[in-house]
Amino acid sequence: MILQTVLLVAAALFSVGLYGALSQQVVVMVMMGLELMLNGLILAGAAFWWYLAPVPSGQVLLLVVIAAMTVEMTVGFAVATHLHRVRRTDLTDQAADLSG
Amino acid sequence: MVTHVVFWALAVVAVLAGAAVFIVDSMARASYSLALSFVAVGLQVLLMQQHYVGVVTILMMVMEMAVMAVYMVMFMGMNPALMPMSMVHDNRAALAVSGGVFVLLAAGILLVPWPARRGSPPTDVTAALGEELMGPKMLVMSAVGVVMAVTVVAGVVLAAHRTRYDRFGDDLRRRRADDPQPGGVGR
Repeated sequence: MILQTVLLVAAALFSVGLYGALSQQVVVMVMMGLELMLNGLILAGAAFWWYLAPVPSGQVLLLVVIAAMTVEMTVGFAVATHLHRVRRTDLTDQAADLSG
Repeated sequence: MVTHVVFWALAVVAVLAGAAVFIVDSMARASYSLALSFVAVGLQVLLMQQHYVGVVTILMMVMEMAVMAVYMVMFMGMNPALMPMSMVHDNRAALAVSGGVFVLLAAGILLVPWPARRGSPPTDVTAALGEELMGPKMLVMSAVGVVMAVTVVAGVVLAAHRTRYDRFGDDLRRRRADDPQPGGVGR
């Protein structure tokens, strides 16, 4: 277990999450992709902390990432709830008013 | 040696469970797969002696998946464990982009000359983190607290069925609130 191997695992998680965020049509599944990307970020941040600079302030950054994940989940669920109420759908393709 | 074996086992579980999120054919199974991936990553973080962050990650994601299951039951109108679904768009482009990003990241990870470790971890990592949060990094956590509060308000405003504009009109000048069930103080 060295820094590079942990980062490779984190990169794999990030890439899988990116695939999900780009390819999924259901809003909740897009959120799952984003969370998987943040999952990779948490692992990478923990590895940087442990292998490069294990000072307490580094962990604060991880807490900020976790807080960002919480915000993403909250707003995502709220937007999906609103979308479902207004359009009776949970598909991103039917909420593309601002695209293009 | 044991740590290495455990790390690799958790790495395999984390990545495979993460991939399973987009392979399995129901959203309930996808939620459980994502929770499993997060638990594996949380345990890996614990292996790197970051007990607080690891435990918070595991607890938070287990709860989030529980919320997600409730959400599916509420809005999707189906048995999420039994109803297969596969709804993707631009599958090939997404695969190409994510594969390209992984190759790029892996190249950077393997080619960059990483510096040597500076310093050593504190004896009690969690206590040191607490002292950091209550001391020099209090501004960061205060800002995060404000963002959380704003998020709660934004979430309620977005998700609320009836707002003050529904009740008092677009200019908020309607004298009596348009409520389905009349009543309340002074009305």
